[in-house]
Formats: sequence, structure tokens, C-alpha cells
Amino acid sequence: MIVNEQVAVDHGLKKDEYAKICELLKRTPNITELGIFSAMWNEHCSYKSSRLHLKKLPTKGKKVIQGPGENAGVIDIEDNDAIVFKIESHNHPSFIEPYQGAATGVGGIMRDVFTMGARPIANLNSIHFGSPQHKKTKNLLRGVVHGIGGYGNCMGVPTIAGQTSFDNSYNGNILVNAMTLGLVKKDKIFYSKAAGLNKPVIYVGSKTGRDGIHGASMASASFDEKIEEKKPTVQVGDPFTEKLLLEACLELMAGDSIIAIQDMGAAGLTSSSIEMASKGNLGIEINLNKVPCRETKMTPYEIMLSESQERMLIILENGKEEQAKKIFDKWNLDFAVIGKTTKSKKIELYFDEEKVADIPVNTLVENSPMYDRKWKKAKLPKKNKIKKENIKHLKIIDVLKKILANPNVCSKEWIWQQYDHTVMGDTIQKPGGDAGVVRVHGTDKAVAASVDSSAVYCWAHPLTGGKQVVCESFRNLISVGAKPIAITNCLNFGSPENEENMGEFVECVQGIGEASEYLKFPVVSGNVSFYNQTKDQGIKPTPAIGGVGLIKDYKNMITMDFKEVDNLVLVIGKTEGHIDQSLFARTVLDEKNGPPPEVNLFNEKNNGETLLKLIDNSLIKSAHDVSLGGIITAVAKMCIKGKKGINIKKPKYLINEIEYFFAEDQGRYIIEINKKDFKKVADILHKNAVHFDELGTINENELYINDKTKVTIDELSTSNKSWLTNYMSK
Amino acid sequence: MKSSVITFPGSNCDRDMDVALKKFGFKNKMVWHADAELPKSDLVVLPGGFSYGDYLRCGSMASKSKIMQSVINFANSGGMVMGICNGFQILVETGLVPGVLLRNKYLEFICKNVFVKINDKKNKYFKNVDNEVLEFHIAHNEGNYFCTNDQLKEIEDNNQIAINYCDESGKIEDQFNPNGSIKNIAGIFNKEKNVLGMMPHPERMIDTSLSGEDGSLFFKNLINNLK
Repeated sequence: MIVNEQVAVDHGLKKDEYAKICELLKRTPNITELGIFSAMWNEHCSYKSSRLHLKKLPTKGKKVIQGPGENAGVIDIEDNDAIVFKIESHNHPSFIEPYQGAATGVGGIMRDVFTMGARPIANLNSIHFGSPQHKKTKNLLRGVVHGIGGYGNCMGVPTIAGQTSFDNSYNGNILVNAMTLGLVKKDKIFYSKAAGLNKPVIYVGSKTGRDGIHGASMASASFDEKIEEKKPTVQVGDPFTEKLLLEACLELMAGDSIIAIQDMGAAGLTSSSIEMASKGNLGIEINLNKVPCRETKMTPYEIMLSESQERMLIILENGKEEQAKKIFDKWNLDFAVIGKTTKSKKIELYFDEEKVADIPVNTLVENSPMYDRKWKKAKLPKKNKIKKENIKHLKIIDVLKKILANPNVCSKEWIWQQYDHTVMGDTIQKPGGDAGVVRVHGTDKAVAASVDSSAVYCWAHPLTGGKQVVCESFRNLISVGAKPIAITNCLNFGSPENEENMGEFVECVQGIGEASEYLKFPVVSGNVSFYNQTKDQGIKPTPAIGGVGLIKDYKNMITMDFKEVDNLVLVIGKTEGHIDQSLFARTVLDEKNGPPPEVNLFNEKNNGETLLKLIDNSLIKSAHDVSLGGIITAVAKMCIKGKKGINIKKPKYLINEIEYFFAEDQGRYIIEINKKDFKKVADILHKNAVHFDELGTINENELYINDKTKVTIDELSTSNKSWLTNYMSK
Repeated sequence: MKSSVITFPGSNCDRDMDVALKKFGFKNKMVWHADAELPKSDLVVLPGGFSYGDYLRCGSMASKSKIMQSVINFANSGGMVMGICNGFQILVETGLVPGVLLRNKYLEFICKNVFVKINDKKNKYFKNVDNEVLEFHIAHNEGNYFCTNDQLKEIEDNNQIAINYCDESGKIEDQFNPNGSIKNIAGIFNKEKNVLGMMPHPERMIDTSLSGEDGSLFFKNLINNLK
């Protein structure tokens, strides 16, 4: 096939990018080489629109062992233990083929983690769908949930937490972000940097097929009416083979024969070999005839661009091939020496004794395009004034029931019951709480993890929204008694070529950066997913933040269920009555404009750290952060979980009841304490200048407001639990 | 007491079972599926997971694996063999216990706590358990027990039903059946009651910090019965 500008454009490259390739090579690339360039230079692999901005994120900290740039981030959790974690998107494939798209998303992120030598110990996910009324939503939701479960359950890794939301803006582009945490000894972490000359390059895992060719390019473009035709670009997952690959890799890693290891994810053999060569400043020579293939007559182009799953590339020490092969034989996996490292600093491919590609590695990596895209700064919208006549007829209990049954607030039990969340025998906080918690096997330590996003806030004001998501993650970890350590982010946006979408990206990243810097909650890994749009309709900006924290003694973990009748309930943090962009404003008042709640980083940090002090002093019986739906929603969920009621007395405030109960001001928590501890708690809060309200007292099974209105917890529970089950069974 | 846990390539509850057995005093050994010989054991456990991927009927390939011939011989000579979840599916495929396990009625994987009522205590698994009802944990996609009417009659005549899904008080009704199993069957024995297959995972219930502690009751009792 003759390569020309049109062929390059068909590969998703821009005309000037093609010109640059010819200039770098000083010749016209052949088709295999063009395929390699298109795979390495697409948005998904090259981060060409985002790199400039991602550089500004804080990535260092005392507990950070490895920041962005490796397969996943690594943090120190003491005693020579470390946690490897990352979140990644699989949005485009999941929309085209929900089961396989979601399944291979989970498979891919687990591979990123065990590539570094860590055994996966927990999975999380953040999934976003279009309006429940949209004709595709139900099937997409079912497919994605089955896919996530199908893969994770078979691997035997518990899915411990997640987030699901519905919004019109995802009608044509759902989001599926998968996160994995793995446990590794600090001195047994594996990296992807090649080293040494003439070292054997080994291919292990599944055979290469024609699935997923151009998957990464597909994920770097918008959808149009022809997306169904892209089904063949979705990879097909085989969790059983991945389980074998996991066990075989960990067995090999127990020895000392591996120099570098890299999983074949997006752009398969192309990106894995090039990344290893690039990091090691070496060349790699591969004989493509040696690559185990599943199908006959595969061309070099297809072999290099296949995204078949469950494969790894390893650079071994010389002479260790036999010993390594034995392990892979035991697990019935392919093992092939396919090439060697060279000093050429080039990627050189041979097929049928002919050289089929010869590209300097730096042209693919360092010289890949980087764009300073134009972007538009967002204005902070004006505040709305709530009109009295719009709210005076509202009954708080009715509104509460409506909010508890809202698709974005309701119980997601229908989803997480389909995920094995208890395998491995260390899940001490299951899905449905503020964060999932797993013990570090055989120790007193536990790791908490949560995944959050607030697309509506980010859409209303990206800078504030970006900050808010990081704070929410911080709060969720603190609510279970964990000290927040670091985050991973999955940045889901529309087209970077659209100035408004690009502006949303730039300002969300800025917000994330500011908050994580202030909270000492650095970003250690992540992923960018652009082009989440259909024709010119983009999604709401949806950065998802995965936070990880440590609980030193798991017996001190906190849960959100109310524990005991007569205990006191307090609200930590000040309620200003911010209603704009709240769930109340959007669903009850039908008001979509206005600014999101303000984020005050000082209060956020101070309130959170003070709550941790209370927890350390064993003064907290239950805790829950206040988020969607405000104070009353948070309290109702604690009642439902604990099967207890509460007598609420609204504190004397300038704001009215609706504002007090439904506002979504930030930096707030609900806590339960024993009456006898009140003075101690109040002293600590006063000493740290933390505002608090006394909200009420726990009772048997009813929620009272100011002694007047009441509702049984059973009734609230039904509102909260039935929506999703009913929706899915219709 | 010596126990052996068989590890198939896709087993994923083998470690959990190892932890549980050791916690309650068993000297446990992990046995690889490709081995031919079973070590000397008082109890053999087929753990949960996805033995060979289970892309074919669950457990069907595992039932033909090398180690299974020894397990079958061991069972036929009266040895205690317990299959949990995927282990139960494997037992069904070997024919050591009657019936089959179909896909769950609502076609979804289910992971949650359930209550089970002990149907028969004249066996080494449940003898001396004080409770009538235990809170166990299930996590499966194919746990919908089914058998022919003739088989059912035989199972009932021989008192081979081990446990049934029920509510907290022990009521066995359709609404407490999580997967559509015939007669709410959660576990059954072979005729001699030395082989037990059950869907629930007692090994996930051995610690108050986990899903509960009724698994501890089960294992403590089991080791005492074997002494």
C-alpha cells in the first residue's frame, strides 16, 4: 500500500503531523511505520493536547514513591508496604460494546497494577450514563455492570466502591472509568525502563489476534452516526487468561530475572516496546514472525497495532529465558523471545527476513506533537435568588423522599451486588459507604479508597468544580477514618479542539492542582480521555478523582450507619445555604444556572484534620460527609444504614429550613457522638476553630424535624432503595 | 487435623480457604491441579473461583483434571470432601453429588449475606452446631440448583439436603431464595454424607470485621467433629 497524505489523514493524523513525520524520517513512511506513528501520536497515547497542562499538577510528596509516568503511581504505607494504584477510562469502547468495553477496561487497569509487581487487592469504578429515559441507557448500564463484574469477579479481586451517575450529557457518550489498587513490597516494585544491550525481549500471555486494531485511535476521535461500524475496534476480554498472567508474572517477579516489564495496553506491542526503549534510551529489535498469533496471515501492521488483551512485554536478564519459560508453561501461557535490546535507539522490525520498520524512538516519543490549544476562560455565573413563593409550599419530608429516590442519590445496591466485593477476605467496608476499605492482608493496617466526580459543579464553573472533586475525595477518606495520601485522576472531557471544552479541561486541571497542593494530596497517576462527544455535543466536564488513604489500625475504622439511640448528632462545618447547582435546585426548582458551592481550602483541610483528631481520640461513633442533597439527605442515609431514627432541631440560623437542609456548602460532615463525650468533642472543635451545629438525637426508627413533621425510616429506605431495582426490572 | 485445598488455575478463594482452615487449627496444604497424588488428608476442599475459566459449563473441565481422579477415589473411600461455590459446581460435574447448577434465576451475579437453615445434623459437617440457622455469604452466577423429580425424591428420602436458603428465623420460602434453586437448596451431601457441596462461602464469615462470624462456628465445629 502506498502511503500518502490521504492515508495518513485516514489514520487520524493531521496533514501537518504527516509532514512532520516525513521530515523526521527524511522519507515517506511505509504503511507499518505510518500505523505506528498514528498509534503513538494519537491523543490517547501522546497526551498532545493535555501534556502542557498536566505538568502543572503537584505530583510529589513524602509518601510518593512513584508519580505519573509509569504504569501506575506508588505510595508508601509504611513497614516496607506500598500501594500501587491508577484509574483509567474505557469510555469509547464501552459505548460501542458495553460488556467487552467495560470488562477490558477493568482488565487493562489491573494489568497496569500487577505489571509493577503488585497483587491487585481492590477495584473501584466510576460510571456515567445518559438520562434514564434515554432508550440506550438501560442496556448500556446492564452491559457495563455485567462486564465489570464478569472480569473482576473472575480475577478474584473485590470491587469495593464506585460511583454511578445519570445525566443527559452522557446520552451519546457514556463514561466507564476503572481503578485498581495493588499491594507490593517497597523493594519489589517493577518498572518499565529497559536497560542493558542485547537483553532478550520476551512476549508472554495471550496470542495476538486482529481485535482492537486502532482502538487507541478510535478513542481519540468523536463519535458520529457510523460508530456501530467501529465494533471490531473493541477488544475482547478473557479474565481467566489474565488471572493466569497475574499469577505467572508474580511468580516470575519473586525472582530477580526481570529488568523491565510493561503491559500491552492501548496500541499494544507498539506502545509497550517503544515506551520501554524510550525510557531506557535504547533501541529494540523485534522479529515479528516470532510473535504468537491467533490468526493466520497477520501482517506486520496488524501485529503491531492489535490490542488483543492479556499480553505483556518483558526484558529479561540474559540466560534466564529457560527458567522464566518454565513458569509460563506451568500456567499454560505463550512465551516467546521476540527480539533484543540494541544501542541503535531505533525501533527495528523484521518480518519474513525483511526489515519492515526502522524508526528512531525519539521521533515517536519526544518529538511527538504537543499542542498549546486555544481555550476559553469560564466566568463565574451570577447567584440566583430563591423566590419565596417557589419554596413555601414545599414539605421537607416530601422533598427528601424525592431526593433519596433521585437516580444520582438512590442506593446502587443493584449494581454492587453483582460485583464480588468480599473475595480475598479483607473487605472491611463494603460498597455503599463513603469509601471502600480493605485490610492489608495479615496486618492491622487498612487502605481506604473512594472515587468521586461532580460534573455539574465542573460544568457550572470548572475551576471551582476541579477543586471540589479533590475535596470530596479527601472528605470521603476522612469519613471512614483514613488519612488521605494521594490521588489518581481520570480526566473525561469533550473535544480539545473546541475552545470551551479545552477551557473546561484547563481550568478543572488548575482546580485539581490547587486543591491537591493545598491538601497535600498529590496526583500520582492518571489518564486523560478527550473527544467524549458525539458530533459537536460534548459531555459535561467529568474529572474523576480516585483517592487513597491509610488507616493504621483497622479496628478504628468509621462507618456511616447510626449506632446507638440517644447519641448526639452534630454537623461539622458551616452551612451558608448555597442552593445554586444543588440537587435541590436542579430537581425541585428546575433551576440549572448559578455558581457551584464555593470551596474554601482552609476550612476543608482544617475541618477534615480536626475530624481525624476526634477519630483518633475514639470520640466518633459514625461519620458521613455532606454532599449531594445536603444535610438532611446525609442524615437520612445514616438513618437508613443504621436502621435508626433521629430528632432533628434546626439550629437558629439566618437561613430558612430549605436552605439549611438542602444546601450543598462544602467542607461539612455529620458525626455521631456519645452524649457524655460532648464536652470533649466541643473543646477539640473550638480549639481548632471548627464551626459545628448540634443537629439532634438518635431515636429508634423515625425522623422528626422540629418535633412537628415525621417519617419512618422504613419509608425513607424504600424511597432510597427501590428506584434502581424498579428501573432495571421494567 | 490435616486438610488439602486444591488450587485450579482459576481458583480465587483458595487463599481465603487456607486462611480460614489454618485459623481454626487445620494443618493445611495447597495442592496443584496438575498433581496426581493427594497428600494424606482428613479433609479435602475444592475452593471457589473459576477453575479453568468456566467458559464451558462451570466446573466441567475441572472435574476432568488430573488431581480430581485422586479426589474422587478419596471420596469414594469415605474421605471428607467439601466443595464451596465453584467447588460445588465441580462436585456436581464429577457426579459425587447429584443434580446440576444452572445460571441464577435473574441472570445476575449475586454477592450478599444470606441465611441458611441446617437440614441435617447427622453428619460430620453440621453435627453439634447449636444454631439451626446460620448467616453465610454467597457470591456466584451459577448457583441455581436443579435436579429431576426422581433425583429430588431420592435426595429427600436419604436426607441429603444439607442447607436451605431461609430468613433470619429459619423460614424457608421463595422470597428468601436468592438464585431460584429448587426447594431453596443451598447445599447437598452425597448419600454417605462425607461429601458436601454448597454455594455459600463460610470462609468469608470468620471475623466480625468481615461479613460476620457464623463461618467461625462452622469451622470450629468441623475440626472438632473430625477429631
